[in-house]
Amino acid sequence: MSDTDAPTVAPATTEMDPHVEEVLGIETPSHPTEGDVTIQNYTINFGPQHPAAHGVLRLVMELDGEIVERIDPHVGLLHRGTEKLIEYKTYAQALPYFDRLDYCSPLCMEHSFVLAIEKLLDLEVPIRAQYLRVFFAELTRISNHMLNLGSHVMDVGAMTPNLWLFEIREDCMNFFERMSGARMHHNYLRPGGVHQDVPLKLLTDIADWLDTRLPRLFEDAISLVADNRIFKQRNVDIATVARDDAIAWGFSGPMIRAAGIPWDLRKQQPYDVYAKMDFDVPVGTRGDCYDRFMVRVEEVRQSARIMKQCLAEMPEGPIASDDRKVVPPKRSDMKRSMEALIHHFKLYTEGFHVPAGEVYVATESPKGEFGVYLVSDGTNKPYRCKIRPTAFSHLQAMDFMSRGHMLADTTAILGAMDIVFGECDR
Amino acid sequence: MRSAAPAWASHLNDATIDAARAAIGPALLDAQERVGEVQLYVHRSGIVGALTALRDAPGLEYQQLMEIAGVDYPERPERFDVVYNLLSLTRNHRIQVHVATDEDHPIPSVTGIWPVAGWLEREVYDLYGVLFDGNKDLRRILTDYGFRGHPLRKDFPMTGYTELRYSEEEKRVVYEPVSLAQDFRTFDFLSPWEGGAYVLPGDEKAPAAVPEAKGAQTPLSADAVKKADAAESGKDAPKASSEPYAKTTAESTADTGKGAAEADATPKPADPDVIPSKGGQNQ
Repeated sequence: MSDTDAPTVAPATTEMDPHVEEVLGIETPSHPTEGDVTIQNYTINFGPQHPAAHGVLRLVMELDGEIVERIDPHVGLLHRGTEKLIEYKTYAQALPYFDRLDYCSPLCMEHSFVLAIEKLLDLEVPIRAQYLRVFFAELTRISNHMLNLGSHVMDVGAMTPNLWLFEIREDCMNFFERMSGARMHHNYLRPGGVHQDVPLKLLTDIADWLDTRLPRLFEDAISLVADNRIFKQRNVDIATVARDDAIAWGFSGPMIRAAGIPWDLRKQQPYDVYAKMDFDVPVGTRGDCYDRFMVRVEEVRQSARIMKQCLAEMPEGPIASDDRKVVPPKRSDMKRSMEALIHHFKLYTEGFHVPAGEVYVATESPKGEFGVYLVSDGTNKPYRCKIRPTAFSHLQAMDFMSRGHMLADTTAILGAMDIVFGECDR
Repeated sequence: MRSAAPAWASHLNDATIDAARAAIGPALLDAQERVGEVQLYVHRSGIVGALTALRDAPGLEYQQLMEIAGVDYPERPERFDVVYNLLSLTRNHRIQVHVATDEDHPIPSVTGIWPVAGWLEREVYDLYGVLFDGNKDLRRILTDYGFRGHPLRKDFPMTGYTELRYSEEEKRVVYEPVSLAQDFRTFDFLSPWEGGAYVLPGDEKAPAAVPEAKGAQTPLSADAVKKADAAESGKDAPKASSEPYAKTTAESTADTGKGAAEADATPKPADPDVIPSKGGQNQ
């Protein structure tokens, strides 16, 4: 810091190695400033290509030794102009872009968008479709949390739980493939319902999985870390966030719940059939990284609980609205009905028109409040579709959360934030 | 008919508009409810006072700023709308605050009220070129280092002006003007013979006509369609409670059931490969 901190050492002898002299800061007449030990803060780049950055994140970190003084996150390295592209696409064509936002929880991204369209259209969704949406949104939450919990424990040094949790994630992927044909980019939800019904065998298989494989693998993996001394040393009291800070910084999802505020949009502002579901909202007590981890752990159990209720209550029936101006006709109808054929053609070229208006619709994605601010001008394309990513407010808080912590803690803080750059950068 | 969209306390909309009129005063240009959402139009000179009032005044209490969205209407003299989406945790209510501006007139920054506004304003500046007076860190955020232009303006082409590729000759990434192998194609689907914006003279029924089905082209706004439909079917959107967040759920972790066994949980089958012991090597 300053020359007053210079260590006092014995007078130099001529035999001393010049490097040792330099280290000890011994003054010599030829180098009058050599004794001044000046420690400057140095700035390092964390990323953009760093395995613990969970994507392309560049953190410009100012360090005092190993203590983080300031962090300036540079985002936007994965910016693909999604919002601009959506303005040039019909509503149906814009839907797959949402899968590519948070590619770890694609269904929850679609969810906000279809609900926003339905709100503008004032369109009713059949009850079975609502159950299917909730059911697979919760499976998405489990799948997302498997990735996050696993990579978080790996970031702080544990290997095994990650592998076990990836087993579960792989199961989820297989279920998604049987649901929609795609492991990651499902494009399954539609304005007015879902794309197609699921086979009964898939539902029974998931029911078996929820009863046997998921609890066994998950509880085993969590039992390795939840009470582990090293894991607690790395996470407890790291980056504590007070309630007021969490509110002022626009936190949502597990981040605000870990700070002790029981705010869950599924509970407070229920959409689809969440109002009928019986589940608990876990909250943290200290607002540190460990709480964030454990809130997600409990959310996985609650998601499984919601899925079981869906399976028990899901009725038979149509899976999409019968509004022929929005939902395309069945293939079999097109073979017989000229009108169905015309509707099919119109829907897949022109698309449906959404009456003029603007709505902000937010749902509880696994990472927090994922919102869509949709402005329609009455045509078949969105006039403006602003996507509210969860990561923007959380990553912005990175600076004050990591200040004063060690360099190695930043990976734990990042891991507990659960950030995916497809969504952050859009 | 009703949509399955998130149900917040939208029955508070009218009371909210009245309270906002009283709290904000002359800076509030207009207030309306459309499609179940409250939109306030505030003059930019009074935005900081208005948002402070919305945050602090009893009966409004919008604690969280969730989003700042820019919208471009090039045909207007003040072409940009900046929309603040606020959330009240205690009243379970959302509100939109619109501020209009153009390229030259900055909007006072609200970073003093909500620190989260820093990046949100940076994003609006980056994508639209709206200036924010008082934001100390108004850098670009999403676009490339050294990017020029504001890409979400309606007059910015979707293909952009520059593209980059890896040049084998120069062994680095080079920027070049965009060259399209095929002309950029746009299709105009607003065919004039299907429900155009014109009204036949003497056709007094036309403007009020509800579209044949949801999704058909209509000159009506979403709000008018919703009201006409509600009058027809008599069903309204579901209501959510406006009770403070903690009351409807639980007060403590003991009430949330965290750590408690589920009602339908069965005891874990004993794994024959594991010898039960007190704690493990990790405990």
